[in-house]
Amino acid sequence: MDNNKLKIRLDKLRKEFGDVVAVNDINLDIYEGDFLTLLGPSGCGKTTTLRAISGLEEASGGKIFIDNHLVFSKKDEVFVAPSKRNLGLIFQSYALWPHMTVYENIAFGLKVKKLPSGEVAKKVKAILEDVQLDEYGERYPSELSGGQQQRVAIARMLVNQPQIFLMDEPLSNLDAQLRMEMRSELKQLHTRTKATTIYVTHDQEEAMTLSTRICVMNEGIIRQVGTPEEIYSRPADIFVASFISNPKMNFFIGKVENIKDKTFIEAGGFSIEIPSGIVGARKELRLAVRPEDFYVSDKGVPYTVQTRLPTGRSQIVMVGNQSGASITLLFNTEVNIQADDIIHLSIKQEKYHLFDNDSGKRLN
Amino acid sequence: MGSAGMEVPAVGGSPLLRKWIRNLTMPQRVIGLLLLVLLVFFVIMPAINIVYTSLTFSLSDRRLPQVVDRGLEVVPGEFTTIHLERVFWSKLTKKMFLIPLRNTLIITLGLTALSMLIGSTLAWLVVRTNLPWKRGIANFASIPYIIPSWPIALAWISVFKNTKLGGNPGWFQYIFKVPPPDWISYGPLPIIITLSLHYYAFSFITVSGALASIDSRLEETAELMGASKFRVMRKITLPLVMPALMSAFILTFSKGIGTFGTPAFLGLPVRFFTLSTQVYSNVKNNLPGDAYLLAIVMILISSITIYMNAKVIGARRSFVTISGKGFTAKLVNLRKFRWIVFALVILFILIFVIGPLYILTWQTFMEVDGDYSLRNFTLHYWIGPDGATGRLGQLLGEGQAGILRNSEIWRAAWNSIRLALTVSILAAILGVLLGYAIVRGRGTKLSKSLDSLSFAPYVFPGIAFGAVYLGMFAKRIGPIPALYGTFALLVLVSLAKRLPFSSRTGTAAMLQVDKELEEAGVLVGAGFFRRFMKIIFPLTKSGFMAGILLSFITTMRELSLIVLLVTPSTKVLTTMIFRYTEGGYHQYGDAITMFVVMISLVGTLIIRKAQKTDLSKGIGG
Repeated sequence: MDNNKLKIRLDKLRKEFGDVVAVNDINLDIYEGDFLTLLGPSGCGKTTTLRAISGLEEASGGKIFIDNHLVFSKKDEVFVAPSKRNLGLIFQSYALWPHMTVYENIAFGLKVKKLPSGEVAKKVKAILEDVQLDEYGERYPSELSGGQQQRVAIARMLVNQPQIFLMDEPLSNLDAQLRMEMRSELKQLHTRTKATTIYVTHDQEEAMTLSTRICVMNEGIIRQVGTPEEIYSRPADIFVASFISNPKMNFFIGKVENIKDKTFIEAGGFSIEIPSGIVGARKELRLAVRPEDFYVSDKGVPYTVQTRLPTGRSQIVMVGNQSGASITLLFNTEVNIQADDIIHLSIKQEKYHLFDNDSGKRLN
Repeated sequence: MGSAGMEVPAVGGSPLLRKWIRNLTMPQRVIGLLLLVLLVFFVIMPAINIVYTSLTFSLSDRRLPQVVDRGLEVVPGEFTTIHLERVFWSKLTKKMFLIPLRNTLIITLGLTALSMLIGSTLAWLVVRTNLPWKRGIANFASIPYIIPSWPIALAWISVFKNTKLGGNPGWFQYIFKVPPPDWISYGPLPIIITLSLHYYAFSFITVSGALASIDSRLEETAELMGASKFRVMRKITLPLVMPALMSAFILTFSKGIGTFGTPAFLGLPVRFFTLSTQVYSNVKNNLPGDAYLLAIVMILISSITIYMNAKVIGARRSFVTISGKGFTAKLVNLRKFRWIVFALVILFILIFVIGPLYILTWQTFMEVDGDYSLRNFTLHYWIGPDGATGRLGQLLGEGQAGILRNSEIWRAAWNSIRLALTVSILAAILGVLLGYAIVRGRGTKLSKSLDSLSFAPYVFPGIAFGAVYLGMFAKRIGPIPALYGTFALLVLVSLAKRLPFSSRTGTAAMLQVDKELEEAGVLVGAGFFRRFMKIIFPLTKSGFMAGILLSFITTMRELSLIVLLVTPSTKVLTTMIFRYTEGGYHQYGDAITMFVVMISLVGTLIIRKAQKTDLSKGIGG
């Protein structure tokens, strides 16, 4: 990644609303051509970060650089107007002007730039063809479907030829099926334009499928930045591990046992040998295992099946034991299980995550 | 992480200067600050002035007995407690303060109770039962809300006035040949009844709204658990409409405190004073200090009411009843009572809504007041010429022409229309700007102070507000010349009194314009003016227009606010009605009243039509 050109840099960016710190001194580098997703639960500061980059929200501290230019600095009172930052934004609501036709919506920015009307018409027509809405220029936004509205929003952004695309949960207003469709359209858009894109969502699946890199945020702090694979396979802390998991991650309190020169973790009846040296002097730590990382084996730990939720393609199975431990499992449908069955579970090789009890940071 | 490769480029000028320039070019800040100055002038200065005047001497105090007896030297502007003493601690206290206060409270509580009873009963019938012809009933029931409050009082006078107090007999005495007792003709009872017949519309509208938003499944769930109808009403329905009832109570009560026209028409003939008519009479008798103290009392009462409202229901102002798709409203079957109730409701509308207007209209066609026979019919009071004589050779209306041919009335009508037009347009513009500054600046101190300052005139009863403006603008202040007797003063005071309404509607309209719609304009570099004209204004236009019309109607029918401020050259229709009725020329007063009623009704119809067509235009995708 470092070979790529740095496009945007956030340097100790901070935003407060009254007493609430929405964004807490974050540092983030975004490279040319990145599709970077800001991912986190609502109120984590992701949208605020996006809006600070756009300039629609003025941050309370720190610096923002775009293309080597300082566009915001609290200390130096530098603030470059949003329209001069060379970026486009697709809003959560799309913010299509309801009293203007599709054509007028797209042409508005060009007219502001005082382009000759012939050129405006040519550009709008071309972009409408691009998004396959050439028949819809005279319609009002309310006369379009959700997917078409989204394409108008994209067209309105593209027509101004921004170098950076910002997207604020653009798919959250669509129904499930359309969301899938638009997701692939957005991905194509990025592949085609190669424009640096910052995308905000709380939907982990959306983030995983679209992004080149994901930045997980919580409570105004960046918890982890990495490729989707990195985030999934090596979550940096307990928050990331539990947030990026569906069904939910299984957490156990693990006891550290040293037998001769080997180190074991005892948790929920399981005993896992771990490389010694990573636990230090800890007596206790957190063990996390994804629902899909268990398998049934004769040598496994016995658990009783409580509920089974078939989804068609797979099944989610909740199991428990007498000592009160409960586990969520994800199996394919070939595994034949009924409620009240007793099954013996094992954890797949190396598919476990260890976290420090207090800091929540990853250990292995 | 350093900033290697991304060095801070040199920027000219000092950071502090840049900060100031940026702050001062943020549209909501600039507009907000300008509005703040305006509001201080409109609201804070009058408030200071009213306290100042009541605590200092004015020239007219020279003739006060307390001053003469004690040989006090009156220096205008010097501090004195003489007014405090006169109003609160002298032998005048009872007559000037305690009795009017008692009367005000009796009337306000009485009318609030009666109007809430009528209003919520009607609301329940219309919204929650299978009463026939509900739309029509709802429309007719909201007529009193549209027209001014005093026509009903005038109608009451023409029906129940008696000859004991002089003048011609009313309809009642004409039919039954006995004069009705004084307590029916004038005083608290008729005031309470006639005001309730106007103010019940507040409860009707707010309670209907609340009832309509209750999903009847909430009640059905309780019924399924075995709760009786009465228990359901008490435990489910009532708590859900409680916020609406409370706000109807507050609205009616605070309006009632300040009401002027009706207590003046029905109270003054028997020297029944309320605080508002007492303020009026004090000002007329050139006792501004005493008048202002009473005005302060009125303001305190309404402030306390509103404060209590915020305390009592602040936390649960409105319930969000969560309901999925398929909102259902099951109607209560009135069964065999359906048509009986319907007949009663129709009777109510005929007698109390249509009746007063009918009587007033009839009266304008009577040559001699009090003679209800056909031979007494005349069109003189509408279209008669100057100096016309009647059947008995008497000069009609002291020789004045009918209202449609009367240049004085035309002048007043022109003043009314000019005033209403100016005020409504300015109020709407002010409203949009206030809404913008308040909504976009949300969370800032500026936004909060604009919001509360613009609400402040709400607690000033009309007559008190008028009195304050009278005092404040009687003399030159700074660059502003003395405005007493000018049209500009009427505009100012009406505009200031409309502020709460303007800012509420402006804020509501602005809240409907998603911030992102404007930001999408910011991103492509559209400046504030362009965003305002191309995005914000088109999206708030229908609310803006409705606001103009509503302000137009309200200003058109305003009496208490301006009754103290008009002079012969600035008189308007409502003050003409007041003068004519006071002078016993009921036909003239009633004819003009019907004119104002017509304007109000037609205007409201236009608003409703316009809003409907606007909604179907598909704005708000």
